[in-house]
Amino acid sequence: MNASSEATQGSHRENGATPFALSARNVTKKFPGVVANKQVNFDVARGEVHTLLGENGAGKSTLASILSGLYRPDEGTVLRNGIEIRLTSPRSGLSHGIAMVHQHFRLVDRFTVAENVVLGSKGLTFVLQPKDIEAKVAEVCEKFGLPLDPRAVVGELSAGQRQRVEIIKALYHGAEVLLLDEPTALLAPPEVVKLFETVRAMTSAGKSVVFVSHKLGEVVDISDRITVMRDGKVTGSVKRGGANASRLAELMVGREITLAPRRGKSDSGEVLLSVSQVHLSHDQIKILSDVNIKVRGGEILGIAGVSGNGQRDLAEVISGLRQPNKGAVTVCGVPTSGLGARATRKAGLAYVPEDRLGTGLAPSLSMVDNLLLTRERGFLVDRKSALTEAEGFIEKLEIKTPGPLTSIRKLSGGNAQKVLLARELFSGDMSRVLVVCSPTRGLDVGAVEAVHTLLDEARKNGKAILLISEDLDEVMTLADRVIVLYRGKIVLEARGVSEDFEAVGRAMAGLSA
Amino acid sequence: MNSNVWILTFADAISIATTLILASLGAMITERSGVINLGVEGYLLMGAVTGFIVADSTGQLWLALVASIIVGAAMALVHATLTVTLRANQIVSGLAMVIFGTGLSQFIGKPVEGKTRPVIIDKMKFGTLSDLPLVGPIIFGHDPITYLTWLLALSISLYFHRTRPGLILRATGDAPATVDAQGVSVRRVRYLHTVVGGALMGLGGGWYMFARAAAWSQAATTNGIGWIALALVVFASWRPLRAIVGAVLFGFCLQVPFTLQGQQINILPPEIVSMFPYLMTLVVLVALSTPRARRLLGAPKMLGQPFVRDER
Repeated sequence: MNASSEATQGSHRENGATPFALSARNVTKKFPGVVANKQVNFDVARGEVHTLLGENGAGKSTLASILSGLYRPDEGTVLRNGIEIRLTSPRSGLSHGIAMVHQHFRLVDRFTVAENVVLGSKGLTFVLQPKDIEAKVAEVCEKFGLPLDPRAVVGELSAGQRQRVEIIKALYHGAEVLLLDEPTALLAPPEVVKLFETVRAMTSAGKSVVFVSHKLGEVVDISDRITVMRDGKVTGSVKRGGANASRLAELMVGREITLAPRRGKSDSGEVLLSVSQVHLSHDQIKILSDVNIKVRGGEILGIAGVSGNGQRDLAEVISGLRQPNKGAVTVCGVPTSGLGARATRKAGLAYVPEDRLGTGLAPSLSMVDNLLLTRERGFLVDRKSALTEAEGFIEKLEIKTPGPLTSIRKLSGGNAQKVLLARELFSGDMSRVLVVCSPTRGLDVGAVEAVHTLLDEARKNGKAILLISEDLDEVMTLADRVIVLYRGKIVLEARGVSEDFEAVGRAMAGLSA
Repeated sequence: MNSNVWILTFADAISIATTLILASLGAMITERSGVINLGVEGYLLMGAVTGFIVADSTGQLWLALVASIIVGAAMALVHATLTVTLRANQIVSGLAMVIFGTGLSQFIGKPVEGKTRPVIIDKMKFGTLSDLPLVGPIIFGHDPITYLTWLLALSISLYFHRTRPGLILRATGDAPATVDAQGVSVRRVRYLHTVVGGALMGLGGGWYMFARAAAWSQAATTNGIGWIALALVVFASWRPLRAIVGAVLFGFCLQVPFTLQGQQINILPPEIVSMFPYLMTLVVLVALSTPRARRLLGAPKMLGQPFVRDER
């Protein structure tokens, strides 16, 4: 790539050796109220996979965005092949051969693969030649062993395939350094394996890959080097072979954490939630077919699956927000299907939706008002008792908030989730069944720990809990039993023990018999 | 009944469709970029009155039409500034332009209110072709702008689906963040197409003045055609060639009441009959209001959404 045109003077050679493909030198980036990167140094060599590891909010995505030209650093410089470059936009990054694949794909669903790949390409003729474009795109696919039909419509592809489109797009535009932001977040385990193959194909072709991830377990195999970030700073860097999972975890969180499995005691409790033969379809598309579930008091039933396989719909059916086409839901012995959300709550069901701000809580209202929302009695609200209750929760659950009258919007994700869980678990009429969806999505490790403890306590208190989560680790560590949903069907039922991990992963990808 | 009358009604429908096509092409181009422009009626009125005033003082038809185009583009520039740069609500800005256009056209049109038009657009002469039965009046009985409009619909269709800027335009309406990440300015795409769209609406108003309306009258000149054009965009599912078919159909509905009146046929009160195009508009919009229908139609996904780059 022609890097010299925009490069400023001065060539930094690292001790006379071959310069790094891409480096950040003393990069600082501030956002209102937070320093996302503090004096960060980072390098990636040609043909290397260098992983940026860290928790949510550690500053890794910010650094990747600076390296790709999306953000501009407040201080510090970016070097390409040892020469300082000034990136003003993703486009200028691309002109230096740097491309970022975002966690949320930037694709036009209605366009074909080929159209998406060439969009914005300067080499296009005014009048498009679809055949030429398709042939060129197919060539790139073949070169890097990425099987894809250039004429396929992107909206109809799976997450893994869409990611491949993004990668092909980057390669088509001549990217030499690829920054992959949380590339495995939306993928089922077998798709992750394929992604890793692609990454290896790229590095053996001399490309550099920066792998941004918070999933410790999966990055160890793929990385040549791992750099760990915490609170906007680099806390350590290890080479292949030197990486030890617990050492990395320590670097990530600054203390040793144990994700020991938690289990309930027995499965002798009474069946509090039962879902039998539930079928649901929308626009003639089957969403759920013949789902049967029983959850006993004192147990957590985990539902695993890649998002979009009917989990959210199942939660909505159980909570009474949607009516199944066939089948019945029973909460604490009361048949609730068709009665609606309010009657279902009355029967003893608490619901923590995936969308905690919006569906779960009213973001502009205070904690007190949010607690009052689910109280049913009387015309006038009893603010006084709600205030006392809120203060109790703040103390007991260590919720960090300026006060119970501050609007929920101002709380961090973890604290908002604590408020929601507190309301659903302890407030008002004590419910006996809890349906909880992705309770720790986007939370930091400390908050995850707190939420897990809360769920574990609720289990000990004899509640029946249905835990729906895309985070397989979470399901496997918390649940007593695990069910895998694939295309709306239960494809696997397992004990929640780690030996089954692989089987569960395969089932999530629809590979089980 | 005389079949000739119906042929003439149909020819008239094709003629009246010109404004509908121009206005809906304008709205379509704008909406493809993700900007919704509900101000069509205001643009038509302003295009018409500006054209009239310029023609009245200069006697130059083509100069008048250019003035109509410019005023449409200028109004669209205001809309683009409000919605793209200042991120105002597009619906509110669009409706404001209707009220603004209605009021301003009444104000500046006051001196010429009721005056008959100084110039008209002549129909083109195709010699003996125009005298052919059926085909003559329907195909060869129109003015140059009508033919230009057909050509324009065809070119815009090719532009949307066969050219590089068209590809970027469609992507901007569907996924502006994607376009932005490719280094293309979403703002530029939206400004450009909103302004060109407004220019077409202005031309639609000007043409209507000189081809269909006998005199300038704020209350009666455009008669709600702008609103029908908006329904037509949806009916044509944002495709220019379908807009021609839809415009002729709507034009026919607009023309039928006059034909029936002329034939002294009074099956229904004329008030009811003249409601027909608007009823049809309502029916179309209701039929197309389900999410499923919208998905099948292919409305631009980010229509009406201001684009903000996600830098924190």
